[in-house]
Amino acid sequence: MNQETQPLRSTPLQSTPRRRAIFIRRHAVVTRLSHWLNVVCLSFLILSGLQIFNAYPQLHWGQYGMDSDPAFLTIGASESHGTPHGFVEIGSVSVPTTGFLGLSKVEGEWTPRAFPTWLTFPSYQDLAAGRNWHFFFAWVFVINGLVYLGYGLVSGHFRRDLTPKAQELAPRHFWREIVDHARLRFPAGEAARHYNVLQKLTYIGVMAGLLPLMILTGLTLSPGMDAAFPALLDIFGGRQSARSLHFITASLLVVFVIVHVAMVILSGPWNNLRSMVTGRYAIRSKEPDA
Amino acid sequence: MTDLKRRRFLISSALGVSALALSGCDRLEQSPEVGGVIRSAEKLTMSAQRLLLGRDALAREFAETDISPAFRVNGTSAPDGEAYAQLVEGNFANWRLKIDGLVDRPLELSLADLKKLPARTQITRHDCVEGWSAIAKWTGVPLGSLLAATGLKPSARFAVFHCADELEKTLDGSGRYYESIDLIDAFHPQTILAYRMNDQELSVGHGAPLRLRVERQLGYKQTKYIMHIEIVDSFAALWGGSGGFWEDRGYEWYAGI
Repeated sequence: MNQETQPLRSTPLQSTPRRRAIFIRRHAVVTRLSHWLNVVCLSFLILSGLQIFNAYPQLHWGQYGMDSDPAFLTIGASESHGTPHGFVEIGSVSVPTTGFLGLSKVEGEWTPRAFPTWLTFPSYQDLAAGRNWHFFFAWVFVINGLVYLGYGLVSGHFRRDLTPKAQELAPRHFWREIVDHARLRFPAGEAARHYNVLQKLTYIGVMAGLLPLMILTGLTLSPGMDAAFPALLDIFGGRQSARSLHFITASLLVVFVIVHVAMVILSGPWNNLRSMVTGRYAIRSKEPDA
Repeated sequence: MTDLKRRRFLISSALGVSALALSGCDRLEQSPEVGGVIRSAEKLTMSAQRLLLGRDALAREFAETDISPAFRVNGTSAPDGEAYAQLVEGNFANWRLKIDGLVDRPLELSLADLKKLPARTQITRHDCVEGWSAIAKWTGVPLGSLLAATGLKPSARFAVFHCADELEKTLDGSGRYYESIDLIDAFHPQTILAYRMNDQELSVGHGAPLRLRVERQLGYKQTKYIMHIEIVDSFAALWGGSGGFWEDRGYEWYAGI
């Protein structure tokens, strides 16, 4: 979002004559490129990450953990009365998940497998390939993030577009935005020029919270990095804790992506998509019947 | 095109592209060109880690109370074959560790010889490439002290560990376990040839009579059943040419991650 630039064009949109629209330049080219590169990176990171998870589908807390050590999450398969079934065990609660988690079909055959083929990369079991792809895209993801971070700081993008203003954080305003959001009433007119405060806080939470946590817990899984920065083990309480936090944080990122895509669709998918591709975002004036 | 038609076209092409992407994904992995690019990240990882690690940064050493109750016997649980069976029967009295290759003075050491040398004991975490970790106490001879005694030739670059176990049965013997590390890791103070684990003689399951501990790397580097250490300038001529059993099957040679 770039408030300083002038509207590109200020003519009425032909196809919807009832509403007047002006176009603003919403996303800078760096934002757009890094956004789509992130889509590619996160897709491969999540799918290859689940491939890696499948090699040992249990999560522990602490410095060590394997097999019989206490696990707080296990995805597995077991057999009762000659019929195999898949389950997810969280603490002492076991949920049947046959067909999806623990046991699913691989080329028509029921196979014990934590995450099914359509959620892993490669689709078939191949830990070595999963790791190769995971680490390649981890590098691209980090470099992309650093470029965006540098851009955001230097250009003023973070200060201007993402930092909530004092009045936005006032309880009354904050509450109204939550209510509007819940009723799926999205800002129009002048207000649509800026991110609303919930967007700002979410984006800041993802960029300053989830993503650094993702990277740091990932690094803690590396025995080399643990030797270089032993403090990582103290911060996260051990390599197995870090592995669990890596998985939980990734799950939260998936939740973010689902909500993000849902919001894009609900608040005008074409306008949003165009603005993230070409940068141009249409703002419709409020007066007719909006 | 009208707006609606254009939207329909865009939606169907988007669906088409994602279907193609899903089926094409596995093909991406199987393409040698793409694979080459993807695997180039290993060099970046290794350079970055070596820069951050330096030569001597130590892996975390734990307290006795941190030792984990279970330690999975991984890979081979007992090597096949008459030769190894006889070694076990004789309590490894007839076993000899050979160190040769690009050295001035090749060595042949018995287990008793090794146990007379200054030893190092460390309680460290073993990280399997699959994701699990276990902590154990290891006692053994620092590899660096043995290599120093042999006098490495200037061309020496890697230590290759030839093992007694065959993890995959093949006609040409390429299923035999082997591994390699470079001299930075070979001379790292925590890199030891361990003959004791958790205050017991090393069991057959865990690699008797001798296994490698190279603590800043993953479990598949920690070779068991070591018979012969060969100093080389390149491992290209060995088996698959990638420097180790799992490396020949797609895993990274640098296993610090």
